[in-house]
Amino acid sequence: MSNNLISIENLSFGYDKNLIHKDINMQFSKGKVSAIMGGSGCGKTTILKLIGGQLAPNSGRVVVEGRVVHEQNRKGIYQLRRKMGMLFQHGALFTDLSVYENVAFPMREHTNLPENIIRDLVLLKLNAVGLRGAHSKMPTELSGGMARRVALARAVALDPDIIMYDEPFAGLDPISMAVICDLIRTLNDALGATSIIVTHDVAETFLFADYIYFVADGVVAAEGSPKKLLASKLPFVRQFIHSEKDGPVPFHIKAPNYRSDLAL
Amino acid sequence: MNKITLDVWVGILVAIGIVALFGLATKVGNLTSNNIKNTYSINAYFENIGGLKPRAPVKSAGVVVGRVQSIIFDTEAYHAVVNINIDGRYVFPKDTFANIYTAGLLGEQYIALEAGGDLENLAPGDRITQTQDAVVLEKLISQFLYNSASEGGK
Amino acid sequence: MIRLGAGTRLFFLILIYSADSFKRIHLIIKEIYFIGVLSLVIIIVSAFFVGMVLGLQGYYTLEKYGSSEAIGVLVALSLVRELGPVVTALLFAGRAGTAITAEIGLMKATEQLSAMEMMAVSPVARIIAPRFWAGIISMPLLASIFSMVGVLGGYLIAVPIIGVDDGAFWSQMQANVDFSNDIIDGVIKSVVFGFACTMIALFEGFDAPPTAEGVSHATTRTVVISSLAVLGLDFVLTSFMFV
Repeated sequence: MSNNLISIENLSFGYDKNLIHKDINMQFSKGKVSAIMGGSGCGKTTILKLIGGQLAPNSGRVVVEGRVVHEQNRKGIYQLRRKMGMLFQHGALFTDLSVYENVAFPMREHTNLPENIIRDLVLLKLNAVGLRGAHSKMPTELSGGMARRVALARAVALDPDIIMYDEPFAGLDPISMAVICDLIRTLNDALGATSIIVTHDVAETFLFADYIYFVADGVVAAEGSPKKLLASKLPFVRQFIHSEKDGPVPFHIKAPNYRSDLAL
Repeated sequence: MNKITLDVWVGILVAIGIVALFGLATKVGNLTSNNIKNTYSINAYFENIGGLKPRAPVKSAGVVVGRVQSIIFDTEAYHAVVNINIDGRYVFPKDTFANIYTAGLLGEQYIALEAGGDLENLAPGDRITQTQDAVVLEKLISQFLYNSASEGGK
Repeated sequence: MIRLGAGTRLFFLILIYSADSFKRIHLIIKEIYFIGVLSLVIIIVSAFFVGMVLGLQGYYTLEKYGSSEAIGVLVALSLVRELGPVVTALLFAGRAGTAITAEIGLMKATEQLSAMEMMAVSPVARIIAPRFWAGIISMPLLASIFSMVGVLGGYLIAVPIIGVDDGAFWSQMQANVDFSNDIIDGVIKSVVFGFACTMIALFEGFDAPPTAEGVSHATTRTVVISSLAVLGLDFVLTSFMFV
């Protein structure tokens, strides 16, 4: 298992007394695209924050490239983050900078490259996502899908080893969705990176992910390759994959007796 | 908004700010007249200083020639010792009068120096011997009453 | 109280990261533009009117005591000691403070601050600290401009319009406004107010809940708390300086 770039070991995390994650284990192999899926609010995005060191676990640990994340000091965390690229849910582009400036940002902050090399690199990254012609626009002038692609270009600006996606397909039209799908896979293979996608989009993810984790009730309910999960008999997995209204995840949340509520 | 325009505007702001501060200092304040560098200090004793305060002006012929540095009470002779700093450009003879006058009817009090005719000048640390106290309103009134009473009695 | 502690922590973070932010002087300059230069119009216009009102009101009161020539002193001292720093600070809190809070709150809500952190860049160094220094630098400049324009406004009313003597106006003023006591103290006040207003605006924005409602409440809080802080600090400083 030494091929694991990231491993989450016996992780428990929660705010106050409610544990969102109870003793979970996940491994992410180098060069693979992994997906974390689950219902809304089950703590998927929080896992990304735990990997990136923005949150510290209550117990257990997250190990990235052999280093325990929450035990790093500020300098160590920043070093780890230099190897990560993160795509936020709505892009999170810096609204006061142009598209060009946004992609150039990580390069200017972390390298001493001269301006002409930065220019070439920025245009290269923008070209990879198909937006080289938009480099002088401001983020407010872009559509949602385009903004997300620029954010992707920014996330891979320094050729990271780990790329994380927070709900990359949320709110996109089918064309943009197909584009992003394709980019995730292509970039991962081209950079030899490890990608982790947090999503609840079944159809797209099953097309290109190598390994999928299902999270429910704070534990890993199921895991495996897409083929294996499609054939799974587990009720939760079936409900999720086949988009069933009711199943292990109930339609009605806990409520008092219907008759007594209506005061009949 | 490119860098150069930004810099220009910020430069303008800073420039206007400094000009304003400078304007305040010179036109509004008394920076120029406060620049008396070389001063020498002399003392004057008064029985009553009235409302004289430190930093009050010392004038001669109406021109500010110095400032009151400090006012202390002499516990042996029971009078006020006023220490004044005089601009080094001006020298006064030894028999100069130091009077406490009021600026305007209800204004603040200041020391007026009236030069005498002595050939020798006051040296630093010297004492002005001829002093006249501040006019205290109560004494003035009681004097007036006394005078009118004695006149009425004739 | 918790917020005061958190605010203090932010202040120390700013100090720690200030060295970083000074390496990017042009960020600070950019913020001085947005905070200072764009406030110039409101400051100058307000100062003009305040000065004119002081001239008008002051004249009618002083005239009753035959001291109408002291109008220059009245206008100048009121402005330099109190109105300059205080009114500028209140206007600053309203204009620049709310802009800062809203901007930072929105950056937090749209995850821009998070994104910056994940790119191993400290948002304190890059976003917060430059605005802090810009505020500290801008406030005394704006306050001085306010006082000067106010005096000119008072002059305009008193001399050409009402007819007070030009020489008396300026000479009485110059005789009674002391540079080190009055003017410098006014500048010190404006620096303190600038510190307070900027810190409050930055903290409220940084701490705001990342929702539309959260940001709007934070903006309101910035104005209210800044105004109260300015008035309170003014009392404290005045009692130290002028009594």
